Amino acid sequence: MTNVAVQLEGQQHSLQAHVHDALAPAVTHTKGQQHPIKLYLVVWGWLFVLSTCSYLVDFFGLHGHLRWSLILLFMVLKAGLIVAVFMHMAWERLALAYAILLPPVLVLVFVAIMVFESDYTHLLRVVFFAPTA
Amino acid sequence: MAETALTDTVASTMRPAGWRGIAADWSSDQRAFKNVSWGKAMMWIFLLSDTFIFSCFLLSYMTARMSTTVPWPNPSEVFALNVAGKHIPLILIAIMTFILISSSGTMAMAVNFGYRRDRAKTAALMLATAAFGATFVGMQAFEWTKLIMEGVRPWGNPWGAPQFGSCFFMITGFHGTHVTIGVIFLIAIARKVWRGDFDVERRGFFTSRKGHYEIVEITGLYWHFVDLVWVFIFAFFYLW
Repeated sequence: MTNVAVQLEGQQHSLQAHVHDALAPAVTHTKGQQHPIKLYLVVWGWLFVLSTCSYLVDFFGLHGHLRWSLILLFMVLKAGLIVAVFMHMAWERLALAYAILLPPVLVLVFVAIMVFESDYTHLLRVVFFAPTA
Repeated sequence: MAETALTDTVASTMRPAGWRGIAADWSSDQRAFKNVSWGKAMMWIFLLSDTFIFSCFLLSYMTARMSTTVPWPNPSEVFALNVAGKHIPLILIAIMTFILISSSGTMAMAVNFGYRRDRAKTAALMLATAAFGATFVGMQAFEWTKLIMEGVRPWGNPWGAPQFGSCFFMITGFHGTHVTIGVIFLIAIARKVWRGDFDVERRGFFTSRKGHYEIVEITGLYWHFVDLVWVFIFAFFYLW
């Protein structure tokens, strides 16, 4: 639940930043990205917590859909924190953020294609190349 | 070569919010990235292309693993270590993950101190980042050695599907190469920071453009990307 809280916090922060950008566009960027050190330390801490969580998924040997969804959840949260805060994407202009963040989403189409393709390959292998014992 | 001036005007930066603003930024023959320097924009675009490269590696790994009829070796067991008589699954990879995250933390702070023009702290934090990175590569070399000694080859291994080796060497090898290049990049920029190049806007020997502290942030973008890729490799290759 605390993870959700952090995400919300991050969103609020970026919202504020956007409002700020709209009001005073030149100020934030002429000086470069300036944010309190504490923000980085908090994110650092959360990345440690999330990594520990994903390690514990393996340590306790969780299986099936629970394992996969937890792995994906922790992965997405970590990736989001790194891109938004460490790489400052939360404070960049939308034109850059969308230009960089949208294309990788299209990789999911490729993923879908390859899932179908490997299912089909697997089927052929089972049908024609299964070891006849 | 002349410096590209930031062509910001009040008119070009004041845009409506959301999609309308994006369309306005991209349309009618202008600079699309108004307040982002060419260096930063180019680093982002390079990272985008690198994203596709690593996506292809992870996709081919997914395809191999989904289509094989032979059981996939259990990474939890393959990467387990015996520490002090205890058998701990995946411990080496977990430590490597924490090291890389720590390096990202020090890098983020280096960027911050760079913009505050704190030469000593910026250089020190960048060197700390490079040290974490070098440690990571060292542990990866250890991991590779261990697996090769146990008989893992790109064409086979003692535990199951033969594609395991080729996927492992390709994905972690390419990532390790990125970390190594990042360490070199970090040391080169840290040296310039330490020497005060960016305080006097000394021109680079290669590009002959004036140096700015923004290069610390650009280096940081690359470094965080390396950490980001590891997040995905950790999830998909080691934990799945």
